[in-house]
Formats: sequence, structure tokens, C-alpha cells
Amino acid sequence: MDSVKRYFKSDSFISLAASLICVAIGLLIGLLLLIIIDPSAFWDQGFKRILLGGFYMKPMGVGREIATTAPLIMTGLSVAFAFKTGLFNIGAAGQYTLGAFGAILAAIVFQWPWWLCLIVATVFGALWGAIPGIFKAYLNINEVITSIMFNWIGLYAVNTIMYGNGTSPMYDANKAKTWSLRSVYPDAIIPDFGLGKLFMNNSTTIAIFLAIIVAIVMYIIVNKTTFGYELKACGFNKNAAKYAGINEKKSIILSMTIAGALAGFGAGLYYLSGVAEWNPLASTSLPAMGFNGISVALLASSNPIGCIFSAFLISHITIGGSLMNANIFPVEIANIVTGVIIYLCAFTMLFKGKIVSFMTRKSKKAAEKESVLPASPEPVSENDGKESEK
Amino acid sequence: MLLLLKYTLISAIVLMLVALGGMFSERSGIINIALEGIMVMGALAGIIALNVLPSGTSSFVIITVSVLASAIVGGIYSALLGFASINLKADQTIGGTALNLLATAVAMVIVKNFNGSQSSKLNYNNSPFLFDIGGLSLNVFVVIGLVILVVSYIVLYKTKFGLRLMACGEHPQAADSVGINVYKMRWAGVIISGMLGGLGGFAYVVPAVKTWNFEVGVSGMGFLALAVMIFGQWKPHRIFFAAVFFAVFKSLANISDSTILANLGWSSNIYDMMPFIASMVILAFTSKKSRAPKAEGIPYDKGQR
Repeated sequence: MDSVKRYFKSDSFISLAASLICVAIGLLIGLLLLIIIDPSAFWDQGFKRILLGGFYMKPMGVGREIATTAPLIMTGLSVAFAFKTGLFNIGAAGQYTLGAFGAILAAIVFQWPWWLCLIVATVFGALWGAIPGIFKAYLNINEVITSIMFNWIGLYAVNTIMYGNGTSPMYDANKAKTWSLRSVYPDAIIPDFGLGKLFMNNSTTIAIFLAIIVAIVMYIIVNKTTFGYELKACGFNKNAAKYAGINEKKSIILSMTIAGALAGFGAGLYYLSGVAEWNPLASTSLPAMGFNGISVALLASSNPIGCIFSAFLISHITIGGSLMNANIFPVEIANIVTGVIIYLCAFTMLFKGKIVSFMTRKSKKAAEKESVLPASPEPVSENDGKESEK
Repeated sequence: MLLLLKYTLISAIVLMLVALGGMFSERSGIINIALEGIMVMGALAGIIALNVLPSGTSSFVIITVSVLASAIVGGIYSALLGFASINLKADQTIGGTALNLLATAVAMVIVKNFNGSQSSKLNYNNSPFLFDIGGLSLNVFVVIGLVILVVSYIVLYKTKFGLRLMACGEHPQAADSVGINVYKMRWAGVIISGMLGGLGGFAYVVPAVKTWNFEVGVSGMGFLALAVMIFGQWKPHRIFFAAVFFAVFKSLANISDSTILANLGWSSNIYDMMPFIASMVILAFTSKKSRAPKAEGIPYDKGQR
């Protein structure tokens, strides 16, 4: 009983409660929008489908939800890992783009097996992540501005090479997309071990398990190893870390490289599962997967294990949004919901503060009543949410 | 050549307006990474105003109403940033990113609803905004932009307001100790930046084309404006020159398929990439000398000393 009570006062519970409040408000705003747009159809054609997500179209929808969750876990991990080391990786979208390029290049041009393609995707993402790290470490330019610029540079570069004025070997002129890996290069597709049959959906592969394994590995690295501790120390206080003998330049670059590798791996999971092909002519904006990674990381309070669950949640909402009746409701309403969630997460600190003060008030009252007992220990003195890392 | 000049002018004015907006916000101590989103909202408001106004309206009224609409909506949208970062002391970068993502989504929902279809494109008539001087087609935003440049310079350096604003971005505690209301000044900085950002978004969309697809937002112009602002060292006159410099790169993409550049056979993506590469190179070389407002990005807390 005591341990349950302690859990309700712990930092992780408060983070969880704050995240759930964010999600609830985001969904509420989505609901209001739907009611405003069409008060007669908002439930059956709209909100019900957002709430049910992929389950609205069992089992295919569930399979699709799982297929999009895998890369989302990875971009979420990418942002979360950078947060843990005191960096804001807004460049996950660009690293994801480069990862997609690496995967498709290896699959089509070199015709390598899927695991090798996945490694190539990871390396490409890592390289693109390393650049802002180098700029930050040696030139002291904020990683946010560099990442944003390299997002766009990456997008344009990838589009140019993949299209190659229509003559690129990766480009299928008939479909105006890159070649469908599943039909042309089946070796490059991640195996599904029957999952595809189960969900009556081609694109559900073991990608989701790979993503979950990586999340667990990241959790161990961040929380249980010296290496992770050094990177975190740099995030807390660069100067103190340097004083303690940590090479802070190397740490910054390594952090960004790992973050980029995670995002690139995610892109590999997505494109090598054959969920979609890259469309170099129509991709005029950065992939949403990268930015949704930010909401995944924030909702999870940068906890790698939490990223698994928050990625499921975000992809649930996104898939649900795409299943709405598009004739009445624009699919972008799902993006508004996730956007609102990120906005709210930016000041979860406030929610946390509110919850904490509410609980201290309660525990104080309780303490007054049973004045025999010694005062309860400070509930969240060890509050080390990511905000305080800044 | 005239074509290059035309597009350079369009982009230069846009970049300058938005960078000036960013400057007001950052000088007061708030990083405004939401400029991209604010531009989208401003452009949307202006275009909807153009579409809503009855066809017989005089050019002057059309221009005034639509420009005001874009600036006001930009200001309102930036209030979301102000609320999160000033009142709630949120992380300014994350708040700004959220607003960028929201803006495109909100714009698409509004446009689709406005059209009553699944298309995210809006058509509009831009002729009231254009005029010719000796074969060079100009638009009213050139005039508006230059006026705003001069006004910004005077406001920032020659008025009590501007000097106080800068004090809040450098050392808010000191400013507070002499009786300046830091929260108010920061709110003012953010709202001004929102208005200029919204106007800039409208100025980007209207003069060049007659249809805008909101799916692309404003294709990174807001982020380029941030680079312009840094290159311009948060100073109005230097921002002007920085904007012109970037605009040349930006407009190469516009003229690449109709001039000698077409012979090179490069895809327009390469030209689109150029301003971003240029900004990275410049940032790399100027970063050591760069001097941002000292207190930017740090929420002001009265209790902190």
C-alpha cells in the first residue's frame, strides 16, 4: 500500500498524469473542431474513428497502425535521446529523409538484403545528425538553427538525386515514385513471419519488434552505462562535465550522431517494410514522421520505454484521422490534435507544478490530521524532469 | 535581368519584414522560431480577406483591409507563443515548433472548409497590389516594407520603447530594477514580431502568383528569415542588406527555367537548396563574432537574481 502511495507521488507518475492531460486537451480541441465543421456527422464519421484509430478497420487498420508506429518510436527515441543530453533535435525530419534515401539506394541500386539496407539507412541518418553536432561543438552554433537548415538541404538534395530529371535508377516514371520494393526487390523487404497474413496487410513486418528492442537498448544505455552518464552530464552542465574530465565536444557530436542514427533507422523500418514509396516530385515539405517524433518524446518525458507507448498513441490518432470521412472532415485535424499536444507539452512544467502543489496541500492536510506521524518527505524533491535540464 | 530584380525584390522585402519581426521578439528576449507558422497564418488571413471582399471594392480598401487582416492575425497567432513563453515560462523553442506544425494543419483545415472541397489551394486576384515603373513590375509591399524598415530603426534606437525593449533582452533583472515591466515589454516584442511575420507571409504569397497551395506552407521562408536576422546581427539596417543578399539566392530558383540558367539543366531543387547552404556557410564564418541578445531564450522569473 505504501509503495502504491509513493508511486502516486513519484516524478514518473506526475509526468504521466501531465502527459495524459495534454492528450485529453488535444483530443478535446479536435472534437470541438469536428463539431464546428459538421455538427450532424461529427461522431460517426469523425471523432469515433479518431478514438478507435486502426481498430475502426480491423485487422488491416491495426496492421497499418503497427507499421507506422515502428518508425515513430525511432524518431521519438531520436528526439528523446537528444533531450536527455541537453540538445533539441528538431532535425529528426531531415535525418529521417536521409535515412529513407539510404534505405532505398541500398535496396534498388545495390540490391542488398534488408538488414544491410537498414544499416545503410542508419549510417546516412547518423551522418546527417553529426553535422549539427559538429557545428555546435566547434563553432558554437545552436543545433536548432543548423538542424532546420540541414532539414531543407537534405530534403532538396534527396529529391534531386532520387528524381535525377526522371532518369534516376531509383525512379519509376510510371508511378512517379521510387520503385515499389515489394514487387521489384523483395529481398530488401523486412521479413514479417506471418504478421502480414494476420493483419491482412503487406506492410506489417517485424519492424515493430526491432524498434522496441532498440528502445530497450537505449533505455539501458542512457540509464545504466557510463557512456550514457557522460552524455547526460554534458547536457546538465557542459562546464562541469569538462571539469570532470569528459570530452564535451566529442560528447555533443556523439549525441547528435546517435540521435541521427535512430531517426535514419526509423526511416529504414518504414520504407523497407514497403509501407510507402518516396515521391520526389511531391515531397515539397519535410516528412511529418520527424516532427511527430518531437511529440512522442515530449509525451514520454524523454523516457525511451515511454516512447514506445506514446508512439502508439500518436500513430493511433494519426491513423484514426486518416480514416475519417475525408469528404466532410480534413485529415489535417489529426495534425492539429498532435500539434496542440506538443504546444501543451512545452509547458507541462506548469501542469506538473499544479499537480505537485495539489498533492502537497493534500498531504499537508493529512499530516495535520494525523499529527502524530512525522511530516511526509518532500514529494518531488528529486524532480528531474527534462525542463530542469535546460 | 529585370526578372531577377523583380523576384529579388519580392523575396528581399519578405525576408526583411519577417527578420525585422524576429528581431523585435529576440531583442525583447523571446526566441521566435514560430515565424514560419506565423507567416502561414498571415498569408491565409490576407488571402481570405481578398476573397471575401466584394468585387467592386476600390484597390485602396482592398490593400488596407487585407494587409491589416494579415498583420492582425499574425499578431493574434503569436500571442500563443507569448502566452506559453512569457506567462507560463515554457520552452520557447518547443512552443515555437508546435506553432509551426499547428499553423500548416490549421491553414489546411480552414482552406478546405472555405473551399468546401478537398483542395488546399486558394485563388485570388493580385492585380491591386502590382504596379509598373519603367518596365520593372513592383508591388505595394516594397513601399510598405521600406517604410517599416525606417520606422523600425527609429523605434528601436530613438524611442524610449525601443531602448527599454533592448534592455529586456539583455538583462531583464536590471531592467526590472529600474521599473520597466519586463513581461509587458516582452509581450510587445512578440506581438510586433507576429504582426510583421503575418504581413511578411502575405507579402510572400501575393505578388508572385495567383494561386497558393497551403500544403507547402511558406516553404521554409520563415526559417531563412531567422538566418537573415542572425546574419543581420539583430540590427535593422544590417538586416536589410542581409535580406537582399539572401534574396538573390532565393530568386535564382524562380528564374532558373526561363533564362540562360536553364541551359545548365539543373533541377530547381538545387536552386532551392542554395539559400540554406549559403546561410550555413555564413553562420559558420560569422559565429565567433555573433552577438545575440544575452537573455534570449531564458524565461524571465521575477524571483531569480
